[in-house]
Amino acid sequence: MIYSPKSISNAVQILQDDPDAQILSGGTDFMVEVNFGHRAPTSVLSLRAIKELCTWSQQDGVIRIGSALPYAQMETGPLAKLLPALAQAARTVGSPQIRAAGTLGGNLGTSSPAGDSLPVLYALDATIIIATATGERRMAVKDFMVGPKRNALSKGEIITAVELPASTGYQGYSKVGVRNAMVISIASACLVHNPIDRSVRLAMGTVGPTIIRASAAEKWLGEECDLASASSITPAICAEFGRRCGDESQPITDHRSTAEYRRHAVSVITSRLLERCAAS
Amino acid sequence: MSLENQSYTLRVNNKSLDVQDAWIGESLLYVLRERLGMPGAKGACEQGECGSCTVLLDGEAVCSCLVLAAAATDADIRTVESIGDGQTLSDVQQAFVESGAVQCGFCTPGLIVAVENLLTHNPRPTEMQVKEALSGNICRCTGYGRIFDAVSVAVARRTGVSQ
Repeated sequence: MIYSPKSISNAVQILQDDPDAQILSGGTDFMVEVNFGHRAPTSVLSLRAIKELCTWSQQDGVIRIGSALPYAQMETGPLAKLLPALAQAARTVGSPQIRAAGTLGGNLGTSSPAGDSLPVLYALDATIIIATATGERRMAVKDFMVGPKRNALSKGEIITAVELPASTGYQGYSKVGVRNAMVISIASACLVHNPIDRSVRLAMGTVGPTIIRASAAEKWLGEECDLASASSITPAICAEFGRRCGDESQPITDHRSTAEYRRHAVSVITSRLLERCAAS
Repeated sequence: MSLENQSYTLRVNNKSLDVQDAWIGESLLYVLRERLGMPGAKGACEQGECGSCTVLLDGEAVCSCLVLAAAATDADIRTVESIGDGQTLSDVQQAFVESGAVQCGFCTPGLIVAVENLLTHNPRPTEMQVKEALSGNICRCTGYGRIFDAVSVAVARRTGVSQ
């Protein structure tokens, strides 16, 4: 059975009545599993027709992005100005065809450590909004993802939106893969500078079981520099910051890369992101 | 009818087409080719990497292998069969022929849809914009040079500006 509800409340009710219904967002992970025989759904709840999930809004410096908004709409336009790092990450997702379909809700639902948008959500301390049978719950993204392809979503729940703070300083995203387009990352990172609270936040993807915040490197940087501006960040500090981020990564060796290369790559891109912040 | 099968109607190239008693997990690519007699979209990777199955879904180019057909009943679906009239070629198709952009031809339907989509949204793309727009369509024969030439020819004819 295929369900195509038009409202979140209907969708939640469907999951109460048919708890085995599998949730379909953009389909770019879901359908690969179906096509290769790794997933054989007997019923599917498609989020496509729920318009509310395909929009975004902004209020009091908080941007709320519907879980089914395609990446293509984050790459350019007003949302890209509010969240430049998210726009950069969105542009690295697969290909234009994939970006026209893939969504934040899908990246969260799949919870792959290589999910391209996830380091941005971690660096911005995103809040995940989840519809439940009894209403709604909110969760910090760091508590949402609990391991590779594992998350805190319970049966019967639907990710409805992600809340992020609008940019207040430099933010950037970087990704390493074997080619430029259509590639799953070997290492990725997002850096966010907030001159108001004098902080730099750094999150790394594909170098651990979940996305990893380089908390010790962030703290060290805050002690070395006055982050009210980026002007005191020197090249030597950038290099040391990258090295410390690499130390905090927990990469593994698999068919895409060795752990050693991942650690090296993430050190290089985190150092470069801080250089770009300093030059901004 | 099994619980895992369903009948539904798709709107493809402005026609309502019935799909009878189909397994709900079937991709749009499979349904177009095997149930609706439209073999224009090609199946190769089945994981969204090659772009040979590109169609327009509500005006956006997507991989039809990654669309669950039974969940696309509300969508406006356009396939390569809607480009050109079956007798005469569209300007993009003609440009591909003249530029030698077709070798084995397997990737060509997906590329034609992707180029039509690009020129609809952006009539005068830069070289980088063309490359990015076609980055999801893999061709293993031509090395892309002639494909980019074909796009230039089509752009020049549409805009009346020689390049």
